[in-house]
Amino acid sequence: MPAIENHLELQSPSTTILRLTVNNHPGVMLQICGLFARRAFNLEGIFCTAIGQGETSRIWLKVDETDKLEQVVKQLTKLEDVLAVEEQADDRDRVREMEAMMARTG
Amino acid sequence: MPRLNGAQIIIRQLERQGIRIVSGIPGGANLPLYDALAASPAIRHVLARHEQGGGFIAQGMARTTGKPAVCFATSGPGATNIMTALADAYLDSVPLVCVTGQVSRSLLGTDAFQEVDTYGMSVPITKHNYLVRSAADLLTIVPKAFQLAGSGRPGPVLIDVPKDVQTEMVEFESWPEPCPVKERQGEAHQSLETAAAMINQAARPILYLGGGVIHAGAAAEARQLAEHSGIPTVMTLMGLGILPSDHPLSLGMLGMHACRATNLAMEESDLLIAAGVRFDDRATGRISAFCPRAKVIHVDIDASEIGKLRPADAGITGDARHAFAGLLPFIRRRQRHEWNDRIRQLQQDYPRFHAEDFAPGRPFHLIRQVARLAGPEALISTDVGKHQMWVAQAYPFTTPRQLLTSGGLGTMGFGLPAAIGAALAFPGRPVVCFSGDGSLLMNIQELATAVEQKIPVKIVVLNNQSLGLVRQQQRLFYEQHYFASSYAIKVDFATIARGFGMAAYDLEGVDDPGALLQQAMAEPGPCLINVPIDIEEEVTPMVPPGAANTTMIGGDHARN
Repeated sequence: MPAIENHLELQSPSTTILRLTVNNHPGVMLQICGLFARRAFNLEGIFCTAIGQGETSRIWLKVDETDKLEQVVKQLTKLEDVLAVEEQADDRDRVREMEAMMARTG
Repeated sequence: MPRLNGAQIIIRQLERQGIRIVSGIPGGANLPLYDALAASPAIRHVLARHEQGGGFIAQGMARTTGKPAVCFATSGPGATNIMTALADAYLDSVPLVCVTGQVSRSLLGTDAFQEVDTYGMSVPITKHNYLVRSAADLLTIVPKAFQLAGSGRPGPVLIDVPKDVQTEMVEFESWPEPCPVKERQGEAHQSLETAAAMINQAARPILYLGGGVIHAGAAAEARQLAEHSGIPTVMTLMGLGILPSDHPLSLGMLGMHACRATNLAMEESDLLIAAGVRFDDRATGRISAFCPRAKVIHVDIDASEIGKLRPADAGITGDARHAFAGLLPFIRRRQRHEWNDRIRQLQQDYPRFHAEDFAPGRPFHLIRQVARLAGPEALISTDVGKHQMWVAQAYPFTTPRQLLTSGGLGTMGFGLPAAIGAALAFPGRPVVCFSGDGSLLMNIQELATAVEQKIPVKIVVLNNQSLGLVRQQQRLFYEQHYFASSYAIKVDFATIARGFGMAAYDLEGVDDPGALLQQAMAEPGPCLINVPIDIEEEVTPMVPPGAANTTMIGGDHARN
């Protein structure tokens, strides 16, 4: 049953992807996940990897568009370690691939 | 080429930032920092008696000057103790740079002695924070911390420095320049014109001003705008002093403990010009019922505040001083007789004060007496509770940054150390701390700091032998089930103060309390004045938490 719900959620048109460029240091994930937790924003998925020479990372956040998205973006932008925030609905397919891959490897 | 250790790099950069006073307490993990501080000819250290006190002393300096102030604490309990002062600074947007010691890098994450995750704990209560991983990084982190603390919407920045980073030697080319505070941004012409048109078209506008106006140094511009267009003005607790309390356009504080006429006028308003405010629930009451007929212009330096709680019809992201200065040329000069007459009518129907409030022995009488004796130059700090609201309602504030009070976090124990900080920043000015018997006990150890530093602060304790505001809520909303809100024992504050080496007076049972108060206020050094207050004295009116601001309980002319 949960699998089906998850599948439906995956297809939900209100889901969007935020693509973040952030400083790459050990506290960054804490800063971002903490922001979502304490402001009661909904965070459905997260994928992160270092880019370039390793000084920065790229983070894809799967969020519910209807859930105070504008406020989420404004608050993320305020974080000193967040260098850029873009809403990338186009990245939905890419995130879906990652999710499928993670489901396969379990 | 300078060759110094991390601790020396920190201290030297504090000097270069113009820091002349640091408050704090040493401990195992920040001893290298204190060793470097001892060698500084420029910086005076103020030894607090509890790290929370140290943090609030720095806040007192920062709130009165508007510039970042610095406090030190050691790792573990030092860091946890100072967290409350950081959270308080975060909620009231006060610029602080807090440097904490941490266990050495090799011990991080091993539950070492006096190790806590200071970085992790401070994430949600600082504007930004650092765990320093090498001494060389301090050359960029320290200037950046000052820039962040003071730029845009100010706030606290924490730098957690492992002990071995403090002792690590670094050789470097030259000192980095102190980072200047970033220029405040102005706003596009067009949104200013839109907002100006709304103001010109409004029949019943109200200026709603908060701490952000003070941070922006925009009090003069705000006053100009109010006077130019005849706009009645309300202030949040953090905004008191923007307009002098006796200014004809001032409606005083809004919200939970505003006078009735103020909240009722807001109900009738058709345009809210909100600046440097965040629509806090203590100001707005039930937000869905707040100024229901009003359109909203929202000016704030922090874009995330605009539309956060109340949608804005016009949002201006920028500093209030630039916004007001930009708006003014587009605003028609008006008197707004009809609207101001209506407000005067409300004020006549529901007067702010009643003669009996000023009878001897009543809180307002005391507060006005102290104000007269302290003079218009005085800096005023409060603690949190009934006395705080009485001061907000009745003290004749005349200038911004005159009132230091814990608005957002509402920290009991704020008042005394904040007053010490204010006096350190402005040694020539009188400083008064209004406190309560509950609040004072939460940081009473700082009496020692005040005496040791010869801080001529006057501490006026409004003593009702209870947690008065808690008791008031139990009376109003918990069927008078008084529980844990009054003290079974009576504390002799005057004797305690004398034990700390401080002059003290007790107004209880004396024949002429007025004369004794005058004598106490004239003491050249620090002085505590205990003033008994009837436990049944209430703060009125009161909007019940979660209710609309028009639902005001208590006091004369009760409507509900």
